[in-house]
Amino acid sequence: MKTQTATLIETVAEKTIHISGAEAVIHCLLAENVDLIYGYPGGAIMPVYDELYKYQDKLHHVLTRHEQGATHMAQGYARATGKVGVAIATSGPGATNFVTGIADAQIDSTPMVCITGQVPRHLLGSDAFQETDIVGISMPVTKWNYQITKASEIPEIFAKAFYIARSGRPGPVLIDITKNAQFETFDFEYKKCTEVRSYKPKPKVNSDQLAAAAELINAAKKPMIVFGQGIILGEAEDEFKAFIEKTGIPSAWTILGLSALPTEHPLNVGMVGMHGNYGPNRLTNECDTLIAIGMRFDDRVTGDLNTYAKQAKIIHFEIDPAEVDKNVKTDVAVLGDVKETLAEILPLVNPNSYPNWLEEFKKHATIEFDKVIKKDLYPEKDGLTMGEVLKEINNATNGDAIIVTDVGQHQMVACRYAKFNQTKSNITSGGLGTMGFALPAAIGAKMGTPQREVVAIIGDGGYQMTIQELGTILQTNAAVKIIVLNNEYLGMVRQWQQLFFDRRYASTEMVNPDFVTIAKGYHIEASRVAKREELAGAVKAMIASDKAYFLEVCVEKEDNVFPMIPSGASVSDIRLS
Amino acid sequence: MEEQKTFTVSIYTENNVGLLNRVSSIFLKRHINIEGLTTSRSEIEDVNRFIIVAKMTEVQVKKIVTQLEKQIEVIRAYYHTDDETIFQESALFKISNEHLYDEVIQRKLKFRQANIVTLTEDFFVIEASGSKEHVDKLYDRLKPYGLMQFVRSGRIAITRDKMQISELLQEL
Repeated sequence: MKTQTATLIETVAEKTIHISGAEAVIHCLLAENVDLIYGYPGGAIMPVYDELYKYQDKLHHVLTRHEQGATHMAQGYARATGKVGVAIATSGPGATNFVTGIADAQIDSTPMVCITGQVPRHLLGSDAFQETDIVGISMPVTKWNYQITKASEIPEIFAKAFYIARSGRPGPVLIDITKNAQFETFDFEYKKCTEVRSYKPKPKVNSDQLAAAAELINAAKKPMIVFGQGIILGEAEDEFKAFIEKTGIPSAWTILGLSALPTEHPLNVGMVGMHGNYGPNRLTNECDTLIAIGMRFDDRVTGDLNTYAKQAKIIHFEIDPAEVDKNVKTDVAVLGDVKETLAEILPLVNPNSYPNWLEEFKKHATIEFDKVIKKDLYPEKDGLTMGEVLKEINNATNGDAIIVTDVGQHQMVACRYAKFNQTKSNITSGGLGTMGFALPAAIGAKMGTPQREVVAIIGDGGYQMTIQELGTILQTNAAVKIIVLNNEYLGMVRQWQQLFFDRRYASTEMVNPDFVTIAKGYHIEASRVAKREELAGAVKAMIASDKAYFLEVCVEKEDNVFPMIPSGASVSDIRLS
Repeated sequence: MEEQKTFTVSIYTENNVGLLNRVSSIFLKRHINIEGLTTSRSEIEDVNRFIIVAKMTEVQVKKIVTQLEKQIEVIRAYYHTDDETIFQESALFKISNEHLYDEVIQRKLKFRQANIVTLTEDFFVIEASGSKEHVDKLYDRLKPYGLMQFVRSGRIAITRDKMQISELLQEL
């Protein structure tokens, strides 16, 4: 199949062929090395689907059960592989159902190209059947978007779309194609896009900035690193590891930075942010130099900005100039791709180690273990905790799995306790907090990396937002392992109601269906566990299966996730209970 | 809280459908009201220029400019204060012919504070250009004559300092 695709690309590159716009779409995708797309057919995109039928041996289309599922699958695929995810849908509701996934990809910088059909050009603006202004609707949540109304625009726009989606700080691009443009024939010729005049994806590395940053780093007595997804997106894991190992600086991660550095690395000091670890949060306000790498100082990371790291010199390694000084004022900004800037700063920094300072992190970790982690992982009460489920997943997967999470308590617990040996292994909806993300994202991740174990961990609330994608699993045999941590509540909202709204549990209690029966209805092997003595065995059986598997774990109903920085509070005011 | 000032934001862009939406949504998202907006071709071929006038703090306008520049089809964006720019607005006033020889109107015309652009059997149209204050004053003086129509343009502005945009584009 690979050679066929390669030959096709060569033909495409070598000579002009006379084809329809719809067929040109397929040729563009193949020329961009796309082998898998997710979507849902409908009237305005039918010509392209007709070509997908003809090209099904070269380009695999996955029929989802909802267009939102298609976007999340494309995201999961992109996050697991580093390649551009592609989703396709029809006009109107098909297109509007894309919006949540696009917004999610935009805020989490996921490379994605979304293709939507549109009513024929002569009907634009006439409120035709299934007409929506998807270009207008998606404008604030796309890195770029464009409406194609003539077939001849297709090659250039597709080339530009893929280039924009994957370069610089990645993001989603939407291409809307009117139906007449799909039918029209034209002379097709494909040239890859390598630059756009008004778009500079990577700022040039500036040696003065590097020197200024190195000077601050070399003078620091208590430096701390906070790294984000920039390391993963820039594929700079090796450069990052070399940098921290030479400088000896304790390194904490944001939720999207998770897995860029192995959990067991001696300089990995845990997660920052609202439900992050006690040490890195508290010590943010004690370090003398804070080195932010490929992260964007989200409010869930910083808490109250007026009391955030005010004592520290701030160095920000960042590819997107709009992120510099957006939330936290930097002393030195190092603009550029972290793969380049980290490699170039390495010779400028002195070898060092900070044993006493690292000891501070350990002391905090011990306090957190005694007050929080012990209860989570080794509970003495009857009810199962989410933490112990994660412990069993770690035992069964040895930290080699891709863990896909949804949004809420289970997500925080999973990110806190899941162990990772390799990068691109933590896939979660970070910025947008999209419930319903995990199941389809896990399917996409599994299809992108079939050799890896993919475990989706989902709450009972979020699971029901995209539960229909079990149908996609049934149809494609994607061997995704699904764990629903069922506490019969929208747990995170309930936790806030308990802590900040005097336990008024407004609309957070869930009356749930029999999830095992539902999974079985989709011919997915399924089981339920509610007892501690059965948990380890159940998780092992799930991981041992070579097919899709559903496991429901009935956990304690009213457990809370700690530590916690209350919304708007300082990182110093992190609560352990 | 930092003081709010009037800023003129100049945005050089590719000439593409829909860009206005993308540009204005950056202001909308931050709840900043656009007080004036003009678009036109610029001094550079194939490059359009937006001029947006809005009140905000300098911290806000700096962030707005970086967000604008982040848009794929925005080539460059700049912000300036009123002191740094030479700017004008223009306005058209449509007034019934019965007032043509009124003293106030005649005086305005005589001292070139306004020009007649059209005269018909029923009405005449006068045009005035200048600062916002100049146009505002004229509006107050002419209002008693019963304005049949009034329209005012957004700000057009040119900086006192040289803009580096032309050199920049040549590099591209």
